[in-house]
Amino acid sequence: MLRDWRIPSLAAALLVAAAAHAGVLPEERADVMYHSYSGGGITVEGPSVLVRKNFGDSVSATANYYVDAITSASIDVVVSGASQYTERREQKSLSLDYLHGKSTWSLSYVNSTENDYKAGTFSLGVSQDMFGDLTTVTLGFSQGLDKVGSSLDPTFAQEIERRNYRLGVTQVLTRNMLLALNFEAVTEQGYLQNPYRFMRYENPLGGYIRAPEVFPHTRTGTAASTRLKYYLPWRATVEGQYRYYTDTWGINAHTTGIEYTQPLGRWVLSGSYRFYRQNAANFFSDLFPFANSQNFMARDKETSGLSSDTLGIRASYQFPVSWASWLKKGTANLHFTHMMVDYAQFRDLRNFPPGSPNPGTEPLYSLEANIIQFFVSFWF
Amino acid sequence: MRMRWMLTGLGALLAASACAPLEPWVKPYEREHLADPIMAIDPDPVSSSYMDHVFEVREGAKGATGAGGGGCGCS
Amino acid sequence: MNKMNSLRTLLLATLVAMPALAVTPAPTFKLDSMAGKPVSLDQYKGQVVMINFWASWCGPCRAEMPILEKLHAKYKPMGFTMIGVNVEPDSSLASNWLKATPVTFPILFDTRSEVSKLYAVAGMPSTVIIDRKGNMRWLHRGYKDGDENEYLNQIRALVRE
Repeated sequence: MLRDWRIPSLAAALLVAAAAHAGVLPEERADVMYHSYSGGGITVEGPSVLVRKNFGDSVSATANYYVDAITSASIDVVVSGASQYTERREQKSLSLDYLHGKSTWSLSYVNSTENDYKAGTFSLGVSQDMFGDLTTVTLGFSQGLDKVGSSLDPTFAQEIERRNYRLGVTQVLTRNMLLALNFEAVTEQGYLQNPYRFMRYENPLGGYIRAPEVFPHTRTGTAASTRLKYYLPWRATVEGQYRYYTDTWGINAHTTGIEYTQPLGRWVLSGSYRFYRQNAANFFSDLFPFANSQNFMARDKETSGLSSDTLGIRASYQFPVSWASWLKKGTANLHFTHMMVDYAQFRDLRNFPPGSPNPGTEPLYSLEANIIQFFVSFWF
Repeated sequence: MRMRWMLTGLGALLAASACAPLEPWVKPYEREHLADPIMAIDPDPVSSSYMDHVFEVREGAKGATGAGGGGCGCS
Repeated sequence: MNKMNSLRTLLLATLVAMPALAVTPAPTFKLDSMAGKPVSLDQYKGQVVMINFWASWCGPCRAEMPILEKLHAKYKPMGFTMIGVNVEPDSSLASNWLKATPVTFPILFDTRSEVSKLYAVAGMPSTVIIDRKGNMRWLHRGYKDGDENEYLNQIRALVRE
């Protein structure tokens, strides 16, 4: 016997309409990657394996295992007189997504371990689709605790507590254009410097004298970025991005980038260029005039003024998957990136030991690095 | 202080979506380009998270590299 | 003309909110079909019709197709037909995809989105079930594993009328 339901009142209808529609979980996939960074006297390579599996219609879990096998004879190592060292960093992460209607709730944990540094971070996030799925708003929060050690001093034990606040909006602008806006604030407190680095000041008798750096115990940075992606009529995309960063150490940074993607049959080719520039932290100096000239003193090259140019090319090949009924799609990918970093104040002391005359006239340091990523992705 | 601004902004967005039913100007049947895999904002998370890590180690800035949204809008 | 459109949109909005309701006639249309000849909804008066709005770029739409084919084959003898309305401006994409996953029910090409607008399609895929009298009885937005059980129940109820 058929039962007909009465037409509800308009108000009730609109209320129900708002809650009617549900989203979909992201696609299940597995990625196996080999990564390699080589430049500035450092090589870091290792695997990264990521698996995403869905459970029912509402739950999705993602796990990642990542290793950095480091061999370093970087400028910092060489200048400090240490010999080349090897190190292994292992990172494991797990995240869970729960989809309910148009909202996705996420919880994740990342743990990173190496012999002189351990870090653990918890993150919470919520993502909401609205305006007919044209807008996605995401909120995120992370809480992390790092334990800093030193291989030079077994009694050395410090901590960093870190909090991140994130807000993101992705907006469909037209049939062919997407806009993504992101805002993030990071606040850290604890031991925020590198125990293996040093600062230097002028020796009145000639040359320079090395001394430990003194960093502030807090740092708050905020970043705002925008990305615009456009679909070109011959089936290709172009993407532009810009990010502004500023923090309480006086570092202001601009990042801009552009990427062009062109599919060709089973191939997808991409080319990109990224430019980054920052000014020095307000307590940075490559050479201080005398000992304890400031409350805070740093010579860490990442707090120097610097600019980096990065060029990247990528090739992705979608291989046939008819041989495996459980596979929906598979790609083999090769990314090659070349990065050039020029330091505006940090000088290259590799041939200038403390006794060398005219400190502060050494050549400015620069490095070039080659980054390779090779990965295979499976969708099932 | 920052959190308060973020929450106010988000509240305004949510309120707007609830009380003023804004007509989506790109209809679900017009999303063929947005659904194309080449239009994905973050198609290879294993690669983008690795590159974010490389840049964060070498540079002073960090954050706001996020992803999410766009796509086919299917369900 | 505008008043009729707003009234229709309002009725369709209530149809979305409460997926099952009574007496709203399904707007008629005529579209070119993959088979060649134009097809009109009027041809199917007296039959139960299930219109599925789909696109080759839409994952859940593609997943749903084999199920729609099964429903069409099973209930056709009882006076039922499935109609697939492809919403893509370039119909060759749909034709190519169907070569690998062929179906026996009519596939119509709504290249100018006229029928999508007529039916206020608000999600992909969208399915409208029409009774023998030509009235819209159920609307489904989206497709998830398990939705086919609802389709079965609703079609079974309508073919018995």
